[in-house]
Amino acid sequence: MQKSLHLDPNKCTGCLQCEMACAWENHRSFTIAKSRIKVFTFHKEGRFVPYTCTQCDEAWCMTACPVDAIRLDPVTGAKIVLEPTCVGCKVCTIACPFGTINYVASSGKVQKCDLCGGEPACAKACPTGAITYVDADWTGLGKMRQWAGKTDTNPATV
Amino acid sequence: MAWTKNVLRVNLEAGTCTTELLNMQWAQDYLGQRGLATKYLVSEIDPKVDPFSPMNKLIFVTGPLTGTMAATGGRYSVVTKGPLTGAIACSNSGGYFGAELKFAGWDMVIFEGASPKPVYLLINDGKAELVDASHLWGKTVWETEETIKAQHQDPQIRVAAIGRAGENRVLYAAIVNDLHRAAGRSGVGAVMGSKNLKAVAVRGTRTDAYQMANPQAFLAATEAGKKVLAANGVTGQGLPTYGTQVLMNVINELGALPTRNHREVQFEGAHDISGEAMHEKRPTDGKANLVTNGACFGCTIACGRISRMDPSHFSVKDKPQYHGASGGVEYEAAWALGAANGVNDLEALTYANFLCNEDGFDPISFGATVGAAMELFDLGILTEKETGLKMPFGSTEALVKLAEWTAQGIGFGKIIGLGSRRLCEKYGRPDLSMTVKSQEFPAYDGRGLQGMGLAYATNNRGACHLRGYMVSPEVLGIPVKMEPQATEGKPAMLKAFQDLTAVVDSAGICLFTTFAWGLSDIQPQIQAACEGDWSEERLLLVGERIWNLEREFNLAAGFTAKDDNLPPRLMKEPAKTGPQKGAVSKLDIMLPEYYQLRGWTKEGVPTAETRSRLGV
Repeated sequence: MQKSLHLDPNKCTGCLQCEMACAWENHRSFTIAKSRIKVFTFHKEGRFVPYTCTQCDEAWCMTACPVDAIRLDPVTGAKIVLEPTCVGCKVCTIACPFGTINYVASSGKVQKCDLCGGEPACAKACPTGAITYVDADWTGLGKMRQWAGKTDTNPATV
Repeated sequence: MAWTKNVLRVNLEAGTCTTELLNMQWAQDYLGQRGLATKYLVSEIDPKVDPFSPMNKLIFVTGPLTGTMAATGGRYSVVTKGPLTGAIACSNSGGYFGAELKFAGWDMVIFEGASPKPVYLLINDGKAELVDASHLWGKTVWETEETIKAQHQDPQIRVAAIGRAGENRVLYAAIVNDLHRAAGRSGVGAVMGSKNLKAVAVRGTRTDAYQMANPQAFLAATEAGKKVLAANGVTGQGLPTYGTQVLMNVINELGALPTRNHREVQFEGAHDISGEAMHEKRPTDGKANLVTNGACFGCTIACGRISRMDPSHFSVKDKPQYHGASGGVEYEAAWALGAANGVNDLEALTYANFLCNEDGFDPISFGATVGAAMELFDLGILTEKETGLKMPFGSTEALVKLAEWTAQGIGFGKIIGLGSRRLCEKYGRPDLSMTVKSQEFPAYDGRGLQGMGLAYATNNRGACHLRGYMVSPEVLGIPVKMEPQATEGKPAMLKAFQDLTAVVDSAGICLFTTFAWGLSDIQPQIQAACEGDWSEERLLLVGERIWNLEREFNLAAGFTAKDDNLPPRLMKEPAKTGPQKGAVSKLDIMLPEYYQLRGWTKEGVPTAETRSRLGV
C-alpha cells in the first residue's frame, strides 16, 4: 500500500513543530528556514495551513530536470532529488505549479519533500493530527467519515 | 552549546552594532533569558537610573531552549529598568520572533543609549544594521510590521515593534511581536520608545548557530515532555479549548474575581466574558467570537485565542480594518477590560484588546487603570468636565473611548496612560490604586487567594501572576491542594514556585508547561541541550540566585520592605460575597516567614550568608 501525506488545515495551530522536524531530519538543525514543509498563516481569516509537495504522479519537476536528478522512489512514490547529480539550474522550481521544490543557496542544489523514506518526520512531530501519513488511496476517508456522521438515519417521528 | 554564544550590542547613539562573545560563566550561573539578561543589566546600569534616560539599557534575550523542538521553545524576554515601577522589568513573549533571533545566531541583543532619530534594527543572520524609521514613527505595530516586510520584500521577516503607546511613553506600553504576542508588562515598550527604537526585524536562516549538547537525548526528552503535556487535562484539553479563559467562571465562583476596582470579588457578568461565551454563537451574526486556537512557536498546547468581532458592533461598525480575525482576549485581558470595570460586553473587550495589540499597551494595566478611574468618577472626584466623557462602572462606551484615546495618546487617555498609582495620586486617593510597586494587579483577588496576595506583595516586578502562580495549588490543586484561606505552608510553596518559575523563564520555554511539567520533566531537556551538569538541585539554585539578584537590584534602586505590601483595600475591606466572604489578606502573618525562608533579614534584605551561598 502506498501512503500519502494528508494535510488538514482545520487541525493546524501554527506551532511549526513540523518545520523544525523537517529541518532537523535534513539539515540537523531546527532552523525552519530550511524546512521543506511550510505552515502559512492567514491572519485575518484565523487559519493556519501546512503545505508541501504532493508527489504528483506526472511530476513536472522531474520532467523538466535536464540532468535527470529527480527520480521516483518506487516504494513511497516520492520524487527524490539526487543531490550529487543536481546542477542547481532551478528549472524544476519554475516547472512546479505549487512552488514546493526550492533552491538552497548554501548547497547550490534544490530540495523538496522526499517523504523521509516512508517515515515523514513532520507527521510524527505534529501534535494535533493536522499532518498524517495515510493510505494514498484514502486521503478523503476522514472527511467522508465526518460527513457520514452528519447523515440523519433516524426515522422521522411525528 | 544550546547558546549561540553571541551577543549583539547596539549603541543607538553612535549607530553601531558590535558582536561580543557571551559570558559563559554567567550562562552557567544564570542559564539564559530572564536570568542571564538580568545579570547583564545589573552589571551594566546604575539601579537608580531614570528608566527613560539613555543610560538605561534594553535587552532582548532568548533562552537555551528557544528555537528548539522543546514544546513551547520559542520564548524571549525583554529586560530593562521599568518606567511603571522603577523596579527590574522582565517581560516574556511567545510568537515566532524569539526563535528567529536564535536562528539568526544571537542569544541576546543589548540596546544602549538613545538614537537621535527614529530607527529600527534589521538583523539578517550575522548582519545587523540600524535603519531609518522616520516613516514608521506614528504608525501602529500592525502597520509597522506590514511596511517592514513590504519594504524588504520578505514576508518571512519577524518583527517586534512598539506602537504609538510606546512612542508616547504610556507607562505600561508593550513590545508586540507577530501582531499579537507581547512582552506586555511594566512598560518595556515605553523604554524602547524613549530610545527612538521603533522595531526589531529579524530573519534567521543559519543552520550552524547552535547545537544540542546531546541531540539523541534531547529529542527523546522533548518527545517525552510533549506526551506529558498532551495527557494532562489542563495543557491537553482545557487550554487548547478555552485558553486561559477557562478560568473566568472558575475564579468567579470561587469568589476571587476582583470586580469594579476590587470593590467586589464576584462579577455578575463573568459568564458573558468567559471562555465558554467565546464559543457561543452571537445572536447578531450567528458566529462565535472565537475563530480558532493558535500556537506560539513550538507550542503543543496552543492556548492562544484567535477572535473575530461582530462587524455590526458599535465600536467597529465603520472600521473594516477590525473585521478580520486577530488575537482575542486571554483571561487576564478579559478580566482587566471587563470585570475590573464592570463591563460585560465581550465584543467591546475584544475591540479594546485589538487596540492593545495594535498600538502596544498592556491590557491588564490599562483595564485596571480604567477601573480605578471609574471608581474616582463614581465617587465624584473625577467629572465629565475633567475626562471628556461619562465613565461610570460598566460603561462600554467609556472603555472603548479610553482604549482609543490611550492608543492615540490624546485627551484623558494621556492620564490613563500613567497607570493607576499615578492617576489615583493625582486625584488625591492613592488608596484606590490596586497596585503593588505601582504595577496593577492581574485577575485574582489577594483576599480570596492568600498565597496570591503574598505572591503579589513579594513580586520583584510589582503585582503580577507570572512569578509564583499560587493559583495552581490554591485553585487547581497543582502540585498539591491548598485551601485558599490557609496561610500555613504558603510562604514555602511560593518560594519554591518563584525559584522554579525563574528557571522556566530563563530556559526559553513557557510557564504554562508547568501545569503539567515538574522540574523532573524540564531538567532532562535542559541537560540534553546545554553543556555541563544541570541537576534539579542546581537549577533550583539558579532560580533562587535569579530571584535574589532581582531583589538586590530593587533594593539598590531604593525599594524597601515597605514596598512588599498590598493596598489598604485588600488588608482592611473584607470580601463581600461568595466562598471567601469576610476575607482580608493575611499578609502580615505570611511575610515574616517568607523573608526567613528566603534567608533575608526582617527588613527584607538578603543576609551576608545568603549572598555568599548564592554568589550574588
